[in-house]
Amino acid sequence: MHLAQLNVGRLVAPLDAPEVAEFVALLEPINALADDAPGFVWRFTASDTDSAVAYRHDSGDDLLINMSVWRTRQDLWNYVYRTRHLAVLQRRREWFARTVEVHSVMWWVPDGHLPTAAQGLARLARLAEHGPGPDAFTFKDFHEPSGTPA
Amino acid sequence: MTDDLAAVAALHDPVRRALYDYVAAQGRAVGRNEAAQQTGISRTLAAFHLDKLAEAGLLEVDFMRLTEARPGPGGGRPAKVYRRGSIARTVTLPHRDYEQLAALLAEAVHDTAADDRAVAAAGAAGARLHEPGAWLSTLRARGYEPYPDGDRVRLRNCPFRQVAQAQPLLVCSMNLALCQGIAGGDATAELDPRPDECCVSFSKNKSR
Repeated sequence: MHLAQLNVGRLVAPLDAPEVAEFVALLEPINALADDAPGFVWRFTASDTDSAVAYRHDSGDDLLINMSVWRTRQDLWNYVYRTRHLAVLQRRREWFARTVEVHSVMWWVPDGHLPTAAQGLARLARLAEHGPGPDAFTFKDFHEPSGTPA
Repeated sequence: MTDDLAAVAALHDPVRRALYDYVAAQGRAVGRNEAAQQTGISRTLAAFHLDKLAEAGLLEVDFMRLTEARPGPGGGRPAKVYRRGSIARTVTLPHRDYEQLAALLAEAVHDTAADDRAVAAAGAAGARLHEPGAWLSTLRARGYEPYPDGDRVRLRNCPFRQVAQAQPLLVCSMNLALCQGIAGGDATAELDPRPDECCVSFSKNKSR
């Protein structure tokens, strides 16, 4: 089984606004870092030309969607917290609105399965509604593929 | 805690202590021959004590072909190697559990978005520890295990590892501020995370 993750964020300004220009400039190098990271399997892109993120227009908000698949929990953890990605993450409050809602979820997918954005958002909704379980969980409340809490 | 006490007690023997210190300082797998040579004891004695340390969980055992292996009978066999165990051992008598308290407080700080104040507190604590010219010995004394890597200084050990695993964003930010405070004007501490090490590395500043 592979580990899929999705996280969403509401930017403080539209993608082309100067307030988030630094963040937008970092997208490409940081995504390249993910692509080269050990255990990286796949990353969601809205189109072939979009290097980074999907933009959910229908909600009317500047909602960014980030979704990727990794071989193991440790591989994902090492990328998120043990690379230059960490420094970007630490500046998140400069670019993303503070929200109390659930913004990040993980779940297991069969090897070779590439989730759709709709599937990822459904997992996020499940986590928000029912709390962590075998089908939708977080680093903090991690679940192994067998369904048992780590 | 009984296991921790037994593990720490296994270090009472000075030969074992020297072997453990040597293996821990290398940050890689060490073979029996090398450990014996470096601590000035026989290979048989080193093997005995290394295995005792592994039994106590202080070292982890692996098998790998070492470059020193020679062709001929037995030369191609993987050698038994040792590296420092990843489990932290704590003995406090009577029992204290600051780690759990720290984890709970870190969670509360993170959830209330009070990270900035925690980082400021860590920076101030680091500045109080700063002594001009003594940043490396301060880091060493505080368990960071600094080592040179080209023109940088890296830290082999994260003293806050258990809590940092649970709250990496908060703890790594606080640790960076702490390290910057300790280094003062002697060196520049930067976030430079890599697997299994501390998230900070340093570049020495030109002496003024």
